[in-house]
Amino acid sequence: MNDDGGVLDRYASLVDDEAALRAACERPLPSVVRVNTLAADADRVARAFDEEGTDYERVDWHDGLFRMANRSPGTTWPYAHGWVHGQEEVSCLPAMALGHEPGMRVWDTCAAPGSKTTQLAALMDDSGVLVGNDTSLGRLSALRHNAERLGVTNLLVDQQDARNYSLNGFDFEEFDATLVDAPCSCEGTIRKNPDAFDTWTLDHVHEVAGIQKGILRRAVQATRPGGTVVYSTCTFAPEENEAVLDHVLREEDCRVVEWDCPLESVDGVTEWHGEEFDPSVAKATRIYPHHNDTGGFFLAKLRVGGEDEGVSA
Amino acid sequence: MSDGEGAPGNDGSQFDRLPATADEREVEGRATREEVLDWWAERFGLAPETFANHTFWEKGKGKIWVFADDLPSPQELEGVGMTVLRTRQEHWKPTTTAVRKWGHLATENVIELSPGQATAFAAGHDQELPEWEGDWGYLIATHELAGDQVPIGVGLYLYDELRSVVPKGYQEELPDLGE
Ligand SMILES: C[S@@+](CC[C@H](N)C(=O)[O-])C[C@H]1O[C@@H](n2cnc3c(N)ncnc32)[C@H](O)[C@@H]1O
Repeated sequence: MNDDGGVLDRYASLVDDEAALRAACERPLPSVVRVNTLAADADRVARAFDEEGTDYERVDWHDGLFRMANRSPGTTWPYAHGWVHGQEEVSCLPAMALGHEPGMRVWDTCAAPGSKTTQLAALMDDSGVLVGNDTSLGRLSALRHNAERLGVTNLLVDQQDARNYSLNGFDFEEFDATLVDAPCSCEGTIRKNPDAFDTWTLDHVHEVAGIQKGILRRAVQATRPGGTVVYSTCTFAPEENEAVLDHVLREEDCRVVEWDCPLESVDGVTEWHGEEFDPSVAKATRIYPHHNDTGGFFLAKLRVGGEDEGVSA
Repeated sequence: MSDGEGAPGNDGSQFDRLPATADEREVEGRATREEVLDWWAERFGLAPETFANHTFWEKGKGKIWVFADDLPSPQELEGVGMTVLRTRQEHWKPTTTAVRKWGHLATENVIELSPGQATAFAAGHDQELPEWEGDWGYLIATHELAGDQVPIGVGLYLYDELRSVVPKGYQEELPDLGE
């Protein structure tokens, strides 16, 4: 049993069914793999699992996701061939929300260990330029390993602080799309990391929110007008989600746009502990663990520039 | 600087794009794009067009990376695409990951393994395979899965024996599909 140390109490007023949230947070997370479409399609993966006797269930909202019944995916042939990669369901949303076109330049600001980076590479059909950046060298080596394993060739691995990221060295000055999968207090990963609440402090939430604001601001600046920025976290705290958006909406030229979330979700909150946020943060998406039997997640899609800027006629 | 030592002009801390041909070579011992394409074509029958849009890069001494696009050279990054080949040695050696990505296009020096052999190979075991009549040296080992031959990794064939050179990190005990 997780002792949540009162962390979930904060969010009781935000959810429809507090008991269901608490119960979901107690259950372990199902093991899920994503098909690496650079190497195989979903039906081929299914056939290979069948041939070796690996049990799975196909996820109804996404053709390329399999819930594994028992065996660790690492000891299956599809994994050995780089046909699948362990990645939980909600973690697949940011790359899908970002959108992709052939030949585009994409910056993944906080990329390691690369679940979303490698998914982006596959959506880009391994063409164009994908920059996977992170501050942690150790985590970057995991990113490199994952990208190699999955046969990604359109990735540049970079180690910079995303808050003052420099594009020096490239022959282009801005990105078409940017993903900020920000460092966060990880409350939503409680089903995977039962000790996620042990180290929780409000000070840490505020500290990490400062970093998130810095990274998201730089992401908007480094993306061309008309381009897209997706902001995501695996935490419930509005300080790290809507408040970060609110800050960046005031400081940079961008707006929150609607996107079609394929999972059950609720809107972003527009006020928290007496603070009111820009009403457009309601277009952001909150996913609680009891909604779809997943981890917790937050996602917002931003368009850079004013209404018509950079939108080709 | 460790990797690039002994290779004048080759800086182990950065990625340099391979010169197109020997005429453009400035750094001694560096492979050229042409040589890399020729090598894949000669050893495995891979059409040079396979890499038409890719650029090749050297970092350190002999390790070649392949990137899907082009960009200015040199680059001080942690990674440029993925590793594809080890050069600056008598027998160039393809990487496991390159063989897994492009091996299905190979027409030569491909050895098809039985289910039991495939399982042993993936676990990193060497095995006697005197029935192989082809070349010695680096081969692409494949097995049948979901209706096709699928590359598992690189084998080194010498004296009737197929050595698995699947790196430790990629070795795995996998199901025997013949059972
Ligand atoms: C939520 S994790 C990213 C997970 C990754 N996107 C994935 O899908 O596998 C957040 C990452 O942000 C990195 N990070 C923290 N501060 C950073 C900064 N200032 N600039 C860039 N990366 C940072 C951390 O090292 C960590 O790897």
